Amino acid sequence: MKVRNYLGLFLIFSAALLLLFPELLLAATDSGDIVAGAPRPSRLDYPKIADINSRTLVWGLAQMHLFLAAFVLAVPLFAISMEFLGHLSGDERYDNMAYEFMKITMSAYSLTALFGGSLALGLFVLYPQLMGYLMKVFRGQVLVYALLFLLESVTLYLYYYSWKALRYGNAKWCHMSIGLVLNTVGLTLMFVANAWATFMMSPTGVDPTTGAVIGSVWDATRNPLWNPVNLHRFLANIAYGGAIVGGYAAYMFLAEKDKELKAHYDWMGYTSNFIAIAGFLPLPFAGYWLMAEIYSYSQQMGITAMGGILAWLFIIQAVLIGTIVLAANYYLWCGLMRTDRGAEYAKYVKYIAVVIVGGFLVWVTPNSLILTTEEIRQLGGTGHKFLGPLGIMPAKNTAVNLMLVFTFLSFQMFYRSSRIPTVSWARQGNMVIIALYVIGCANIVAAGIYGYLTPTVYKVGASVPQVVTTLSIIIISVTIDVFMLRGAKTTKVHWGRMPERSQYALFVLPVAFTWLMGLMGYIRSSLRTSWHVYTIMKDKSPEAYIPTIGEAGNTITIITLSFMAIMVFVFWLSRLGETRQEKPT
Amino acid sequence: MTFVRVMGFSLLILLVYTGFANILPQVQGDPPKEEEIDAGSLDMAGMVSLGQQLFSGKGTCTLCHNKRLRAPDLLALDLAKSFPQRLADPRYTGIAKSKEGAQAIGEYIHESMLDPSKYVVAGFGKKGSGDTISQMPKINLPPISLSPVEINAITAFLQDRAGLTPTIALPSASEAPAPSNDAGEEEEGPSTTAVAALEKFGCSSCHDLEGSEADIGPKLNGISKKLDDAKITEAIIKPNAEIAEGFEADTMPDDFGEQMRVSELNLIIDYLKNLPENP
Repeated sequence: MKVRNYLGLFLIFSAALLLLFPELLLAATDSGDIVAGAPRPSRLDYPKIADINSRTLVWGLAQMHLFLAAFVLAVPLFAISMEFLGHLSGDERYDNMAYEFMKITMSAYSLTALFGGSLALGLFVLYPQLMGYLMKVFRGQVLVYALLFLLESVTLYLYYYSWKALRYGNAKWCHMSIGLVLNTVGLTLMFVANAWATFMMSPTGVDPTTGAVIGSVWDATRNPLWNPVNLHRFLANIAYGGAIVGGYAAYMFLAEKDKELKAHYDWMGYTSNFIAIAGFLPLPFAGYWLMAEIYSYSQQMGITAMGGILAWLFIIQAVLIGTIVLAANYYLWCGLMRTDRGAEYAKYVKYIAVVIVGGFLVWVTPNSLILTTEEIRQLGGTGHKFLGPLGIMPAKNTAVNLMLVFTFLSFQMFYRSSRIPTVSWARQGNMVIIALYVIGCANIVAAGIYGYLTPTVYKVGASVPQVVTTLSIIIISVTIDVFMLRGAKTTKVHWGRMPERSQYALFVLPVAFTWLMGLMGYIRSSLRTSWHVYTIMKDKSPEAYIPTIGEAGNTITIITLSFMAIMVFVFWLSRLGETRQEKPT
Repeated sequence: MTFVRVMGFSLLILLVYTGFANILPQVQGDPPKEEEIDAGSLDMAGMVSLGQQLFSGKGTCTLCHNKRLRAPDLLALDLAKSFPQRLADPRYTGIAKSKEGAQAIGEYIHESMLDPSKYVVAGFGKKGSGDTISQMPKINLPPISLSPVEINAITAFLQDRAGLTPTIALPSASEAPAPSNDAGEEEEGPSTTAVAALEKFGCSSCHDLEGSEADIGPKLNGISKKLDDAKITEAIIKPNAEIAEGFEADTMPDDFGEQMRVSELNLIIDYLKNLPENP
């Protein structure tokens, strides 16, 4: 029934789109139309509806759509991973959890479509010239997008509703194949949408002076920022999806009275937190690549982001990421209470906390500040005499890498707290891991110091050895653990033996991730300054300015709160769906 | 109950983030403000001065040409030595090759702005290009889009800094006015009251507002009875669309749409709507 509804919606949407923009189908063959340059709108070309602020409306719709879409695309990714793991290991807990993940996704999917449709409508009504131009550049791709959306709907419903029918043996492989198609379609959808957003930042396939379309749709798609954004969003979606499901598990843990169910949701929370952090760990590196590509495409754009009007936002970003790392670590440290040997490892927590908090403080140290003349006089410059050097990239790269290494250490401690290695070389193995951490951290710090000595253009490049070191510590120590803990003596993990405050720490993750995504969306969009399509099509709308941090913060908070309210309501609904009223006696 | 607790907790975290965003310095990034330069009135000293303004303003040169050395720090270098060295560099193959003197240096500076990859100072090229591709944008193209007069002004400024007499041709009065803009953050902030907005845009110079008794434009009392918001907006930002009886077209500036912020436009509209019918 629902699939039929979507088919109907899709047809109505496509018909309306073609009626409004018949050139969608014609553009591909009508070369006369294609060579027209980018529109040069005046303020009167932006419809004004009552007192509605067009940009804020579109901002809100786009962000809500993005939050939901990120979640809906990410969950099937790790649902299929869990399903695969469950099938291989024979542990049905993974399969049940994957199914429960998908149940939450189903509730969010309709809302994703609803906000997506509203966003498209808002854009076409409020920014007709821009959308007309984008239609000319991307021609029939928008219909491909609509078709992909239909396919996504079909495979999503098929994947969810066939779960119990195709559970064992060869049928399971068939089910996982449906999941694979679902994820492939989902990722393609995201890549297509990313092409439109990144084209607006770094346009290609069009004449640089007039904006006339001179290349193919593929030329416009593979613009310089497309792949960096694809990778960044792919990883961020995994982290975000994990965080939201973690929030769901925390909510259910708090609401549940039954001990067995509490244990189930505790395990689910731990697994989701693991997925969230696993997606989060490589994210800064994807962020570096994106920023390096932005600098490479346009130094001006890069400096606007990192050293200009938007520079303060990265201080807020640091606070948000600091919150995420601290909350995730705190949750892991509380998790040591679940195991009988946890106390042996708990004594190291204070040292990890020092590194994490220290790294956080370095990260929030700004380099140059927007100050009054009097403040600059008192400070003796735009940066602090002693703390100023902590504001530049080498210090921040060092801080973030150490924070990631020690977050991984928190995970490793919990994992090991329920396992005692029995292999003969356990002592030597442990020594190698300790040496790996010590040498690795020393190398990260040394590379950070070297970063101070290189010219500015090579500073980002100087972070590469740090990233390689961090990843090496993680990969090598996981590899050693796999072999060392094979056949290890395991001790019981008391799932559910967690204080309530730990669940609130778990809930910090979705809140902080959502706000962070909103903030980064604002930054990415603001990089275009007063251009709809950077250097090609000017933004002449009344809102063609970069809002202040306060205005942006207020807007992001309202959007985040709306999203969180929807998600918590979805969680509540999901719980309600499991509740059965006792038959009156 | 869990719903309320969790939502309350989320709200608390969000309020912390929002509060933090609101205590940081608040800067609005306005679009570049377009101003006209009276090209015909500029002498060479004026061109040097204009070039200096453009160098740190609209030209955005100081974003990279500063002590952080994304590009050579032109304000700190001894340009009198640096420029001749560059012309003598065997890697330089531009139009001023094998030439000497102020004229040649002027040609080199001009060329380096329009075609920055023609010669890249060692160590400042795009990574991996072996100093053959410059990171600098062509400044006559968007997003900087300096006009020929402005490019000449920067050339004059840099020649002057090198201790040379500028050799650029002065713009003639007939030359198209050079649009200029200021860095967004340095721009004057928006008016916060209707009276300030009226004063800023000189409305009462022509209309009888705030007791000015001006009669170049029509009286606006009771305008809300005759025009709705959309029509008032149109009358301000597209004044020639409809001319009041007894008045001539092309009297009122037609670029308020570019100059006014939306908040200022709304303040003026509200003010006009609330004018008493009979003053």
